[in-house]
Amino acid sequence: MLGKLTWAAIPFDQPIPLITGALVLVILLGVIAWIVIAGHLPYLWREWITSVDHKRIGVMYTLLACVMLLRGFADAIMMRGQQALAFHSQGFLPPEHYNQIFSAHGTIMIFFVAMPFVIGLMNLVVPLQLGVRDVAFPTLNSVGFWLTATGALLVNISLVVGEFARTGWLPYPPLSELTYSPGVGVDYYLWSLQISGVGTLVAGINLVTTVLKLRTRGMDYLRMPMFCWTTLASNLLIVAAFPILTATLAMLILDRYFGFHFFTNEAGGNMMMFMNLIWAWGHPEVYILVLPAFGIFSEVVATFSGKPLFGYRSMVLATMAICVISFMVWLHHFFTMGAGADVNAIFGIASMIIAIPTGVKIYNWLFTMFGGRVRFATPMLWSMGFMVTFILGGLTGVLVAVPPADFLLHNSLFLVAHFHNVIIGGVLFGAFAGYTYWFPKAFGFRLHEGWGKAAFWLWLIGFYVAFMPLYAVGFLGMTRRMQHYDVAEWRPWLMIASIGAGIILAGIVCQIVQLVVSIRDRAELRDVTGDPWDGRSLEWATASPPPVFNFAVTPEVEGPDAYWETKREARRNGTATAEPAYRDIEMPRNSPTGFVCAFFATIMGFALIWHIWWMVLLGGIGAFATFVVFAWRDHDEFVVPATEVARIDRAWREGRAGAGTAIGSLS
Amino acid sequence: MNILDPQGPVAAAEKVILIDSIAIMLAIVLPTIAAIFAFAYWFRHSNPRAFYWPDWEYSGRLELVVWSIPALTVILLGGVAWIGAHQLDPARPVQGTGPGVTVQVVSLDWKWLFIYPDQRVASLNSLTVPIGSPLHLQLTSGSVMNVFFIPSLGSMIYTMNGMVTRLELRADEVGDLQGLSAHFSGDGFPDMLFDVHVVSQTQFDDWASGASKSSQALDRKTYGELIKQSVPKDKPVYNLTDPLLFHDIATQMIPPGPGPELTTNLARPKADTGGGGKDAR
Repeated sequence: MLGKLTWAAIPFDQPIPLITGALVLVILLGVIAWIVIAGHLPYLWREWITSVDHKRIGVMYTLLACVMLLRGFADAIMMRGQQALAFHSQGFLPPEHYNQIFSAHGTIMIFFVAMPFVIGLMNLVVPLQLGVRDVAFPTLNSVGFWLTATGALLVNISLVVGEFARTGWLPYPPLSELTYSPGVGVDYYLWSLQISGVGTLVAGINLVTTVLKLRTRGMDYLRMPMFCWTTLASNLLIVAAFPILTATLAMLILDRYFGFHFFTNEAGGNMMMFMNLIWAWGHPEVYILVLPAFGIFSEVVATFSGKPLFGYRSMVLATMAICVISFMVWLHHFFTMGAGADVNAIFGIASMIIAIPTGVKIYNWLFTMFGGRVRFATPMLWSMGFMVTFILGGLTGVLVAVPPADFLLHNSLFLVAHFHNVIIGGVLFGAFAGYTYWFPKAFGFRLHEGWGKAAFWLWLIGFYVAFMPLYAVGFLGMTRRMQHYDVAEWRPWLMIASIGAGIILAGIVCQIVQLVVSIRDRAELRDVTGDPWDGRSLEWATASPPPVFNFAVTPEVEGPDAYWETKREARRNGTATAEPAYRDIEMPRNSPTGFVCAFFATIMGFALIWHIWWMVLLGGIGAFATFVVFAWRDHDEFVVPATEVARIDRAWREGRAGAGTAIGSLS
Repeated sequence: MNILDPQGPVAAAEKVILIDSIAIMLAIVLPTIAAIFAFAYWFRHSNPRAFYWPDWEYSGRLELVVWSIPALTVILLGGVAWIGAHQLDPARPVQGTGPGVTVQVVSLDWKWLFIYPDQRVASLNSLTVPIGSPLHLQLTSGSVMNVFFIPSLGSMIYTMNGMVTRLELRADEVGDLQGLSAHFSGDGFPDMLFDVHVVSQTQFDDWASGASKSSQALDRKTYGELIKQSVPKDKPVYNLTDPLLFHDIATQMIPPGPGPELTTNLARPKADTGGGGKDAR
């Protein structure tokens, strides 16, 4: 009846996951109870859960990322604690638990923090920057988000029901095959990623189509803000790379569920095939994450320098070059697998070539500051922190692209330090810069600067204290994923690293306080102009938060930095933009399709993990039926009447005039 | 284990490449970082002496420089990588005194088996090699993937079931080193440490002849025990009675390790990491 699921699946003998799980469950039930009792449920359902508004979906993606960041960081601090303690001892985490923790940490941080964070920001901002009302496929967008949430939910269920993978964040066979991992951990990994992978793929298709097909009048490709370009590149990579991940995991699923032999030891299976395939997805994945971050930094550095981005066309070229070359370097993840010297050398050099466009980007940001008036607001601080940190990460990255150096450093803590250097210093700092930069756009009030700066400095210092020692201990030969060790020289470095994790924790606390304080003081932090940073692109040319239709009248673009030019024109002529002729606007109707679909997908995923076949059928039929119902819908749009558009737009114009901004004071 | 303190020619050459590469890159990275701070400081909003060029966004000469700096660096480093990858290819023979010693390495859950086919001996978790002599390593796995790595001697390499990888090393200093597995392989992975004893040629011969008189014979039966998941306490030496053992492992004539013993709890099978190793701590 319940497949492999029995009471033994609940880890009654392991206090850490049990207590954590119970605590999270209590908090979750408490929040749900509060929502229901306080009567917020209809509002949440109407305005958020069923919303197909790209801004709302973007916010939900980001919220998911922030919540999962806490989970992933809890794993991180346990790992650092374990390695600080486990010298000549077992520490506080037995291997079967420690191995789940590092696997979950990697999986969560990449798939359920970094991915939803950047996809959330792209969702929120790109349609606004392009001057359009929505993404290409609004309901599909909602489906994509909820399927991602399903994946995150399944990973978290594994904390208390069964186990998570004990194989690392990429489940290399044969360790991940049924022979060596007979538990449900790898299955949890596989099905959460298969389901959320579908979500990511549809998000990618959606955003590619949006950028290619939905630009406002005059928004030529070479007038698009850099963030739109990096979004395009990143989502092209998603569309090209995620099917590889899905296919690879599907093969592992066939091995585990039906006794196939794609990657097994026996019967002609080949584990090297898995490594090639997984990294054919995995290396583009790195650029899927970091390209949007590059876009964010391009926006932030230009805005806070009060100058256009230096070398815009170079940047576009560099972005697209990275997009293409990122598919040709995957082998550098296993130089030590015994490939010949020619193969290693070619892939090593190809990997270094990516450093050229990336280096160009750094110089272009540098020269964007040259001749500017640089304001050190929090988003700019994150960008500065990124530039310095990312150069170091790039240096160590190019170093491990030199095959003989990699022969010493492969899989060491040096490597761990390297990829945290680029992912924290690049992706996460970018996400935080974007979060601070666009928060007022999403919610209509700025985040508290003081707490934001405190968070930045703690993160920055914490990062260096946590990861510089890992570089050092990598030189001392320490390899990754060790649950305990007996080498005395390693210990002091690992102790320092754990202090760094503590400093980062303080940074995260500051961010939580910042959010609470900002919500409390939202009246003082209110942005009535829609343009709190003196921005350059079109997302600032509308109210904060923007109305559901984004723009009362979609803007017409005559050059790059569209909004900056509009403001300058207004200043020069002494006249503000005249009130446009308002028209009725058709917008897509909200739809529960995404949520219902994900509900059934969750049931199906859980049932597949536990081999509860009747439930698999139930979930599958439910999800398909949801799709059919959606496909046969009659009314998918509603009309915002011109009078309502006018009322909303005039309210913003008045607020802007009252605030006396450059453009507002003239209107 | 310090890779910056090499004990053999391979590690020494790799260290040189490592240091050179860092130096080449620092030559452009440090000025760039300095420029970031300098530009940001000088062009700060509150500096009245700094000029403001609100429209400056392009300079062909600068663009040329901007593309050239990383490109030239990569050309230089690419040369280092090409030459280094060929000279230090793990399978490339290393010069040394005498014909060298062949060692067949088998990674198991969770231990290392070293077979000396010419000496007809074998040892567990302890590798004894003569100083200055080329080491011809042939590596395979009896179960999941691992990476064989002696940080002081350089070049790590994967071990995989059904395949043989090759690694050529040489140790130049008498003494005791440590090796480890550099690829996660399950619950007993952190215990996959092994001793490396670098001894003189005579001592090596003595060790080998002593080992060949060992009462423990390494044949399929002994191997059948070793292949089960465990962390051994001892480091026994064996008298190799089945000279085709490595061949049979690598060609899967002997099936790969069985993995964890299945328990009734299919949800969370608890692997036995070999009580001995654990209790000893």
